[in-house]
Amino acid sequence: MKYEPVIGLEVHAQLTTDSKIFCGCSTRFAAEPNTQTCPVCAGMPGALPVMNKKALEYTIKTGLAMNCRISPFSRFARKNYFYPDLPKGYQISQYELPICIDGHIEIVVDEDVKRIGITRIHMEEDAGKNIHEGASGYSLVDLNRACVPLMEIVSEPDIRTPADAALYMKKLRTILRYLGVCDGNMEQGSLRCDANISIRPIGETAFGTRTELKNINSFRFVERAIDYEIARQTRVLEEGGHVVQETRLWDSAAGRTYSMRSKEEAHDYRYFPDPDLVPMVVDDAWVEEIRSSLVELPDVRRERFVNLYKLPEDDADMLTSDRMLADWFEDVVKAGAEPKAASNWVMGELMRLLNEENLSLEDCPLKPGQLAAMLKLMNDDVISGKIAKTVFEEMYRTGKSPDVIVKEKGLVQISDSSELEKIIKKLLDDSPKEVERYLAGETKLIGFFVGRVMKDTKGKANPKIVNDLLRKMLRSSF
Amino acid sequence: MELYTKTISECQSLIRNGQISSVELTRSVLGRIASLNERLGAYITVTGDTAFRQAEEADKIIRSQPVENLPPLMGIPVAVKDNMCTEGVRTTCASALLDDFVPPYESTVTGRLAAEGYVLLGKTNMDEFAMGSSNETSAFYSVKNPWNTEMAPGGSSGGSAVAVAADACIGALGSDTGGSIRQPAALCGVVGLKPTYGRVSRYGLVAFASSLDQIGPLAKTVKDAAILLQAIAGPDTNDSTCAPFEVPDFTSSLGRDIKGIKVGIPKQYFIEGMHPRVEDSVKKAINQLESLGAKAVEVDLPHTDYAVSTYYILATSEASSNLARFDGVRFGVRRQKESDLMDMYTTTRSAGFGPEVKRRIMLGTYALSSGYYDAYYLKAQQVRTLIKQDFEHAFNSVDIMACPTTPAPAFRLGEKLDDPLQMYLNDIFTISANLAGLPGISVPCGFTDDNLPVGLQLLGRPFDEENLLMVAHAYEQSTDWHKIKPKLLDI
Repeated sequence: MKYEPVIGLEVHAQLTTDSKIFCGCSTRFAAEPNTQTCPVCAGMPGALPVMNKKALEYTIKTGLAMNCRISPFSRFARKNYFYPDLPKGYQISQYELPICIDGHIEIVVDEDVKRIGITRIHMEEDAGKNIHEGASGYSLVDLNRACVPLMEIVSEPDIRTPADAALYMKKLRTILRYLGVCDGNMEQGSLRCDANISIRPIGETAFGTRTELKNINSFRFVERAIDYEIARQTRVLEEGGHVVQETRLWDSAAGRTYSMRSKEEAHDYRYFPDPDLVPMVVDDAWVEEIRSSLVELPDVRRERFVNLYKLPEDDADMLTSDRMLADWFEDVVKAGAEPKAASNWVMGELMRLLNEENLSLEDCPLKPGQLAAMLKLMNDDVISGKIAKTVFEEMYRTGKSPDVIVKEKGLVQISDSSELEKIIKKLLDDSPKEVERYLAGETKLIGFFVGRVMKDTKGKANPKIVNDLLRKMLRSSF
Repeated sequence: MELYTKTISECQSLIRNGQISSVELTRSVLGRIASLNERLGAYITVTGDTAFRQAEEADKIIRSQPVENLPPLMGIPVAVKDNMCTEGVRTTCASALLDDFVPPYESTVTGRLAAEGYVLLGKTNMDEFAMGSSNETSAFYSVKNPWNTEMAPGGSSGGSAVAVAADACIGALGSDTGGSIRQPAALCGVVGLKPTYGRVSRYGLVAFASSLDQIGPLAKTVKDAAILLQAIAGPDTNDSTCAPFEVPDFTSSLGRDIKGIKVGIPKQYFIEGMHPRVEDSVKKAINQLESLGAKAVEVDLPHTDYAVSTYYILATSEASSNLARFDGVRFGVRRQKESDLMDMYTTTRSAGFGPEVKRRIMLGTYALSSGYYDAYYLKAQQVRTLIKQDFEHAFNSVDIMACPTTPAPAFRLGEKLDDPLQMYLNDIFTISANLAGLPGISVPCGFTDDNLPVGLQLLGRPFDEENLLMVAHAYEQSTDWHKIKPKLLDI
């Protein structure tokens, strides 16, 4: 029997606010343990939470970007369970009245646009961290992360393949980074993904029994973990068994999932409205104000890149996958560069150099104006494409302007015909055999001659003129 | 007359006139505490040294500042219930679990008292985590009623009520979740005010039931209660349930004529089986209000019967969650038999909480459990709304309500300890004000044949403490009940 997977993702995104969601403590990552705590986030007796308005604004912004309805009335609930990293013995979250509902985002799969529903986006506080290393017979607790604001973005079970799940995650990350509400760093835990997975015979409309997959902590593993789980469930069914509803953990080292707790062991969280926080009443005017402050979102921007700059879909897709990258590209174009050439250089050489050093665009030593200036030199036949690569790398390493580099290194293209003629004449004189073979019809050898001229001129010869001269001079030596 | 017998307003003028110093006053009250506390058990912690330091500090300011610049509570010794966090001063909630807890921060209310230059006498005894109506659930010792030391003082703010009644403080703070200020005030013959929910910040009050808890004063007179309320009331950025309303001048409305004020008499608050002398005293008090020009009319609060059960669902539900933080991880007494997490939780909490606290945690946990939530918690919330609407409706035609604070006077220590239901019924007349968020005050209105005090309860519209205090003050000033002190204590 053929099975079809049904996948829904619950994504936790840490908001980039400076302070925590219910107190004024800093959210800075990797500080000394328990240095960013106060009576509120440490759950001291008598301490009370007070809502961080910025966190609410960021969540509304995200909801709008994901086509959600913003609830005019929403509230926080307590999710009760005991764990040492949860100082109050409950997590302040949202339950029956989340702030954002009924949205969707689109992913592109082989040129088809697929719409993935967003059931809800709600706000909650993060827990602290238990530390088991360096202690024997006991564990340590670091509450720096406790009370850091999170959004939980819950998708509809609209995803059908592990690859689509990965695309969805990437799209989510792109949107969050465009909005500047989350840095999208999965390795540092600022973006976390749980997956609900079930399979059913193709054609069946009812859902199968699902498992919840936790601990998928890297983009690389989204696809692999779900893949593994689908294969596992398929095997269970094919062997005549049935899938057990449970929570499973992804073990990235072993490349497999294993059972964490069964449905019977599941917590009863005893949700109820948090009486310490008043309901949030969001008025339309504020929502509209936030809507009008939204940046151009990736889908719209991609369309614009295709229409305005006449870029191929793939280029537009790639460039708009990251807001900073798209901004960088547009800055090159604004500085006068031809869009397709700019796109080629940004996605080619620039990405290559950044990747080599594992740098992000944020740390890029090169400025868009430098690339535009270099492209102008190419366009004006001052340098060749081959030389341009040298210039580009030099700009990247030294930060100098392309003109300075060309002048200092004497990289100006040789377009002077008489000078090139001399060089070609000498080459032809030195290579009688090759000339003979060329004249005998082996015209491919033109490449050999061009190569030699470029080598002799250290790449500075204008390749077009070299080509023309070579053909003319070879013919005349007939 | 000993200084410890004085009221806040008397002490204010004595201090301002330079007749006494804060140190003298503090010494007098601390002496009174020392002679009584073993017998009455009103205080868990007495902060003698810091009290003298604060008094000296106050005296310095009093000497150097013009009188009109002095805040009302400058140099006044006050007792604080042991569930309000005081930075550097042990705060136990009368629980073994918090025996060694010294808060690293100050509650908003005590911070405000400190800003006025008060003198903290110590932390008063209470029912454990404010759960109880007799003060017998304290993990340390029970509190004795100064009118008869075989009697309970009421609870949960029993220590504060007894401290006021026995002149072991000049004024005190308590907290009221279902009657915990008003009921012990009535049983000890003092004034106790529960403000409107949201009038006073709860920041730093160790929560019992967050949607019901409210801090308020216990005092020797209505005027003193008004002065204390003035100091602690008002918006607080640390508590989002604290209302952003400006605070009126409570003392300025005192002494106004109450002619024409409409007093509602809720018919459901005079029930069969209530103590005849309580009923009698309260009815006489209502007559007295009428003789002062008030107009008494009967009002109907049809959902009153459901108040106690509604309360015990909601309060315990919230409590079960509020008390989850006492897990032995960060503060309090950690107990452990074996080195695993579950053992640490269960041993710490089994040994740390008393039976009443455990009973309520279990009750609340059950009410919130999946499958029961709709039938209990949600239903109780709906009934709460009905109770609130009862009052809204009734307050359309009256300005204030008058009724007994409790159905009976103080009961014997131990009498109801093994019968939680009987104990819970003690709060039958006080609970509705918490459910509806209304302000309520208990003022002394007589004595039983056994010489036990009786309390008159007045209830007001939300955020209308002004009228409440005005009527209470008018009644008090027209009677002598508040001047009668327990004789037992003459030593």
